Amino acid sequence: MENNELIPHLFRTEYSKMVAVLCKAFGIQHISIAEDVVSDTFLLAVEMWGQKGLPKNPVAWLYTVAKNKSRDILRRQNIFDKKVKPALPKEEADNNELHIDLSEKNITDSQLQMIFAICHPSISPEAQIGLALNILCGFGAEEIADAFLSNKETIYKRLARAKDKLKENNVALELPSQTEIDNRLDVVLRTMYLLFNEGYYSASQNVTLRKDLCLEAMRLTYSLIENESTNTPSVNALMSIMCFHASRFEARMDSNGEIILYEDQDAELWSTELIQKGKYYLEQSSHCDKNKVSKYHIEAAIAFYHTNQADTLDKWESILQLYNRLLQIEYSPIAALNRTYALSKANGKEEAIIEAEKLRLDDNHWYHLLLANLYKNIDNNKTAAHLKKALQLSKTDAERNFIEKKLKEINLINA
Amino acid sequence: MKEFLLIFRRDFVNKEEQPSPEQIQKMMKPWQDWMGSLAAQNKLASSGNRLASDGRVVKSDKIVTDGPYVEIKEAVGGYIVVKANDLDEAAELAKGCPVLNIGGNVEVRGLVGMD
Repeated sequence: MENNELIPHLFRTEYSKMVAVLCKAFGIQHISIAEDVVSDTFLLAVEMWGQKGLPKNPVAWLYTVAKNKSRDILRRQNIFDKKVKPALPKEEADNNELHIDLSEKNITDSQLQMIFAICHPSISPEAQIGLALNILCGFGAEEIADAFLSNKETIYKRLARAKDKLKENNVALELPSQTEIDNRLDVVLRTMYLLFNEGYYSASQNVTLRKDLCLEAMRLTYSLIENESTNTPSVNALMSIMCFHASRFEARMDSNGEIILYEDQDAELWSTELIQKGKYYLEQSSHCDKNKVSKYHIEAAIAFYHTNQADTLDKWESILQLYNRLLQIEYSPIAALNRTYALSKANGKEEAIIEAEKLRLDDNHWYHLLLANLYKNIDNNKTAAHLKKALQLSKTDAERNFIEKKLKEINLINA
Repeated sequence: MKEFLLIFRRDFVNKEEQPSPEQIQKMMKPWQDWMGSLAAQNKLASSGNRLASDGRVVKSDKIVTDGPYVEIKEAVGGYIVVKANDLDEAAELAKGCPVLNIGGNVEVRGLVGMD
């Protein structure tokens, strides 16, 4: 990897771990110091590595520099003596030395604890997701604003308020009790899934970035599976969804970055390894009470049916019923659109058109793409009209290219 | 958006005439598709419940009787709660209910809350 790719890559993979480990060492109330130290460390890396070339072990370099910087800052600000030291076990305090444990285990543990600290009930769900993207994944305010369709200033303020809350409430960096874990896990999972989707459906053309985001989400979710107290059926179901989706990563875009729809994908390019993993976690997730079936279970089952491209009525009937259940658990526009597509395959296009017209998602370009698809060969003028609306509403070049191609095809038929 | 209770009534089905599991499976599809349709429009507030065929009625003199529907043509079979702007829209939503295809009817009532 070149320098100009390596540093952004390391920033995404190491930033959150470094912040977590530093916070573990000197308390989450000093999180802004931890963030400053880590940001400074990366700035220094950009400067030094550019001039002197890469160090032998770039990751170790980052941790060592961050460790030294923290010591300096804490000493300079007298925080160590006044605040950190009294809180340390006597033995460590006597050493008069801030101990930062850089073992693999402590890094993993710290990050898991950080996940739960962020999902503390004192922080609003919206702010939690923002914080998770910021602290756990190293997203800047601007990227988060993009994901939330909000502006940078709003997000910046929201993050600052949330960090103040962490301080005010003395949120400890530790794994909460089992009941607390169960309560907070919902938010944790929602955040992990949002992160994964941010990578999978992102407007960004940067394929490396998008894959990194998906892998980060999978890595964080895996850390929940590895820990006995967080290894619940829902976590396994979410992991299963991620594996099934990720299995199609290579097949869903061509070499020009253009979208390839599921039905047109070359199944040879699907990762059999990830499909196997998806099946494994789906099986793991099934060890639960019938009344504890979560939306993740249902989505994992839907994703499972999609690992077989065959266009059978049974398959689409099963998918339709799963979407019917999913929507009763939680409404989302994308699930409503996907349900209507499954309906067209299971019950026929005519019924699906009537149902689609009821959805009234007129501002959603996927909605118009769905209607364009349903009207094809039934009323091609309507198909063209919906494609034009979709084109106006689309957000990325890849989508625009894709829609324009479809529009050309339909105009040829209509001409 | 307000909430409305949809109450499904149909001829009472006694225990002996209960459908087989396979028949139930087949009967469930129109219901699941209809509820899925309401949910896809974000108009379903609660999936409600189906009611068992046997029950008791407790009268004001605290006498308990079986029933009530042994003699009643239109027994309550289940309910859901939908979201709609007004009674007319809620009634419009009720028109898709599969109970109408088996000679039943749907009662639509606004929820007013306790306070």
